[in-house]
Amino acid sequence: MAISKEEVIHIAKLASLNLTEEEIERYSNDMTEILEFANEINSVNTDNVGETIAANEKYNVFRKDEIKQNVDKEALLQNAPSKDDGMFRIPKVIN
Amino acid sequence: MELYEFTAHELMDKLASGEVTSEEVTKSYFDRIKEKDGIVKAYVSTLEESALEKARKVDEDRKAGKPVSKYAGIPIGIKDNMCITGTRTTCSSKMLENFVAPYNATVIENLNKEDMVYLGKLNLDEFAMGSSTENSAFFPTKNPWDLDRVPGGSSGGSAAAVAADLAPWTLGSDTGGSIRQPASLCGVVGFKPTYGLVSRYGLVAFASSLDQIGPLTKDVTDSALLLNLLVGHDEKDSTSMDFEKKDYTKALVNDVKGMKIGLPKEYLREGVNEEVREAVLAVAKKYEELGATIEECSFDVGKYATSVYYVIADAEASSNLGRFDGIRYGYRSEKFENLKDIYRNSRSEGFGPEVKRRIMVGTYVLSSGYYDAYYKKAQKVRTVINKAYNELFEKYDLLLTPVSPTTAFKFGEKSENPIEMYLADICTVPVNIGGLPGISVPCSLDSKGLPISFQLIGKAFDEETILKAAYTYEQNTNFRENKPTFKGGNN
Amino acid sequence: MAREDYEIVMGLEVHCELSTKTKIFCSCPTEFGGEPNTHCCPICMAMPGTLPVLNEKVVEYAVKAGLATNCQIARKSKNDRKNYFYPDLPKAYQISQFDLPLCYEGYVDVETPEGEKRIGITRIHIEEDAGKLNHDEYGRGSFVDLNRAGVPLIEVVSEPDLRTKEEVEAYLRKLKSIFEYIEVSDCKMQEGSLRADVNVSVRKKGATEFGTRTEMKNMNSFRSIVRAIEYEANRQIDVIENGGVITQETLRWDDVSGKTFSMRDKEDAQDYRYFPDPDLVEIRLSEEYIENIKKSLPELPESRKKRYLEDMGLTEKAANFVTGSKYYSNMFEEASSVCGNAKSVSNWIMSDIARILNEREEEPDELKFSGKELGELVTLIDKGTISSAIAKKVLEEMFKNPEMPSKIIEAKGWIQISDEGAIKEVVAKVLEANPQSIADYKAGKDKALGFLVGQAMKETKGKANPQMLNKLFLEELNK
Repeated sequence: MAISKEEVIHIAKLASLNLTEEEIERYSNDMTEILEFANEINSVNTDNVGETIAANEKYNVFRKDEIKQNVDKEALLQNAPSKDDGMFRIPKVIN
Repeated sequence: MELYEFTAHELMDKLASGEVTSEEVTKSYFDRIKEKDGIVKAYVSTLEESALEKARKVDEDRKAGKPVSKYAGIPIGIKDNMCITGTRTTCSSKMLENFVAPYNATVIENLNKEDMVYLGKLNLDEFAMGSSTENSAFFPTKNPWDLDRVPGGSSGGSAAAVAADLAPWTLGSDTGGSIRQPASLCGVVGFKPTYGLVSRYGLVAFASSLDQIGPLTKDVTDSALLLNLLVGHDEKDSTSMDFEKKDYTKALVNDVKGMKIGLPKEYLREGVNEEVREAVLAVAKKYEELGATIEECSFDVGKYATSVYYVIADAEASSNLGRFDGIRYGYRSEKFENLKDIYRNSRSEGFGPEVKRRIMVGTYVLSSGYYDAYYKKAQKVRTVINKAYNELFEKYDLLLTPVSPTTAFKFGEKSENPIEMYLADICTVPVNIGGLPGISVPCSLDSKGLPISFQLIGKAFDEETILKAAYTYEQNTNFRENKPTFKGGNN
Repeated sequence: MAREDYEIVMGLEVHCELSTKTKIFCSCPTEFGGEPNTHCCPICMAMPGTLPVLNEKVVEYAVKAGLATNCQIARKSKNDRKNYFYPDLPKAYQISQFDLPLCYEGYVDVETPEGEKRIGITRIHIEEDAGKLNHDEYGRGSFVDLNRAGVPLIEVVSEPDLRTKEEVEAYLRKLKSIFEYIEVSDCKMQEGSLRADVNVSVRKKGATEFGTRTEMKNMNSFRSIVRAIEYEANRQIDVIENGGVITQETLRWDDVSGKTFSMRDKEDAQDYRYFPDPDLVEIRLSEEYIENIKKSLPELPESRKKRYLEDMGLTEKAANFVTGSKYYSNMFEEASSVCGNAKSVSNWIMSDIARILNEREEEPDELKFSGKELGELVTLIDKGTISSAIAKKVLEEMFKNPEMPSKIIEAKGWIQISDEGAIKEVVAKVLEANPQSIADYKAGKDKALGFLVGQAMKETKGKANPQMLNKLFLEELNK
């Protein structure tokens, strides 16, 4: 089943990507091909087979509720493209 | 023989005996890097100053007779998707070109405890997505055996560096073969441990349920030595297993008598290059001579592993890469009037084509209406594949397969067609789906003088049997007499 | 058709910040406020390569909340990723729970004018809070502070069982008081640790189909919730009455203009692409674990109410009111044990304390004095040391500076005059000054007595013992 340009545009929106006309063209072809390839899994019988969610059998991994803080605030902000008053600066958003 | 030619364990002996200093060893690597990395291009960045400083400090401690680890002062190269405090961690992406990590990955903490010396950060396919290192946003790394060919990927820099003596050993990460396939194409040893054995904390995530850090080394002994440092429980990683420490060097025994090795026939059929098949069959024969029993077996569902892989890996990646939004760190587009522009333009300009393609596919398979058909189905097939593995490992101690269906291919040969590139992983991907350990061991050269390797797959958490078999093969053969020629690349 | 012909159908999604020391997936403090981005680490800032590890207290508190609201507790549960882009969400996904919440199928009973009503609880799940966006008036942009990012929340989703704004308020107050009693949250609405998304739809009375609903997000005061519901229900009815149709959308309530607005920047069709978080592992709860938490639950309002009715002789109304807040209830128990006059204590809480809080627009958790002070106040009245008139003034003082009443009285010199001699003098003085009143009284105008007593009170600035005044005036007048 082919992935239409409209679908590509919708998916790009969800993924917060801007695609050029040329990219939309390419990705609708690539995605069609890749998903066809992925569709092979549908020939496997998985009746009453459970899903593998984790890659191993671990469960109940918890942390104690204890404060550990060795933060270097500067280091945490050093990569910010734009900052002000110790905060990350972005264009005005109404919320 | 130059210092940079030795294995890490040979260098350890020389340092311990005082025959050489860490400074001498470290210098020899930077000299070698200056001589050869201009053509190989394995390093994204080098850390000469801090490396030499650390080396001198270790030398002083040794001279002063202070207790030092046997690893102290041994250089190592790190794939550039692992965080080292205060150094750039780029993932070979424009998105993180100037990102300076504010913390250490757990594996780096482990190496720091031993006072190891960081030569630099190694090139990879952008965000570890690829099998040729052609997807690096900066430059492709060359294969030291033939500079016109790819080193494999995504840990292409890590593999090429070891092959070209630009580092005694390196760290890579393996999500679908990213350690083993480049190790194979570059003729070095690459080990992908069982999922959960090595902490992922500080490894920039590609596919959380598949990623695993591991060593690329000149021989099996070095793999065991480096595993000893990497393996261990980490409370910062919920998926990290809580076992007591093991000494993997204890598994380095030259003996495979009575070992049962399965040979899945599906990996020795069409799609696998003739010379590669012959080489792997020769390895099987060798193991028989050495006293192991080889038996052909079937791993039919394995053929679905690559499809499962691209659904699960891309789905997880599409979510893991959402945080690169141009707000807290990373690339921010110049072109924006509002928030949406920042998101969309920064991500569109900051990510390369393959990364965007995977984000698109991953977003699609998770989107409403398709989740059950793709992601959920893939997770069920994953269960089926695990079951098949369990049945095989009731009969066999190890599985023997090729690592890559072909030897190193030419630049541009597969980069046009994603599917063809994806098929470079058919032998390695199933291992990640099963979360199993696997090693890539070089065994011979093809008619073009390019390395061929075989893969040994073991039971979960049974790295010892893999090491034992790989070590035994190495002790009874002599691949390491071959050296990269640096031919081609009209240099 | 008229408004009365419509029925309002409402469901609530209540977000409640858990009072753990640390965040849900990292060891940063949850403490409110603080310099921007100082309660942060690489994990809650979503630095590349970081991983979450679940705080054990979050699971414990959520299970407590579930048990206290009659929920089933899941034996197997997991965390899922909810993917969307917003600057207060650093990972671009919120770790929440999708198909396997920790608690499900519960209920609470609330008091309504028509009597007790059972409100169904669909589920309670755990998730992480988002950061905070600050906007500056100079239009220089918005600023992201991630101190709150990763603070643990439970989301309590109700069935669409609510029909009136009174029921909504009663339901919210009930949840608030339960969570306060079991101490899983401080529920400080003014600090945003208790917020509600309100789903509102309307339908003609008797209709069986639900109408299209709108959702009002992040309401954090009872007052605005009630106003918003009124406004939104009327808006929807008007739309329908004018032949329009309701569009399902997310609204923002603006307290200043008293209107709801469509949230434009979320207009894109949302598709959260939920999937199990591969960085976290399954949660499995044993019978024993759940039993232990059950045992650890403190006494809940229902059983306290029972005690107040049966052992402490409160009226139904008083018992309901006092148990309505953990802070009232604790103050009531402490004060009663101090003064031994539960009835009077409950009256003070219901009338004056509630009134003053209301005037100050404060909640019971903001009371500065404790049952110790209130208990002494009641004792002082019962001993006749002060009149209830004075007591009211003392109480006002206690709100300003929470001192012991005896201290306040001493400082202000408000001790009641019960010395017969002293009062006799006052009585004589007043009578002398008001011969006309004496005449009136003798002429049978009883209210003249009240006037005289009032005068005497004025003379003594309200400190004279009223019973004694009455007695002495009568003696004099009837001579």
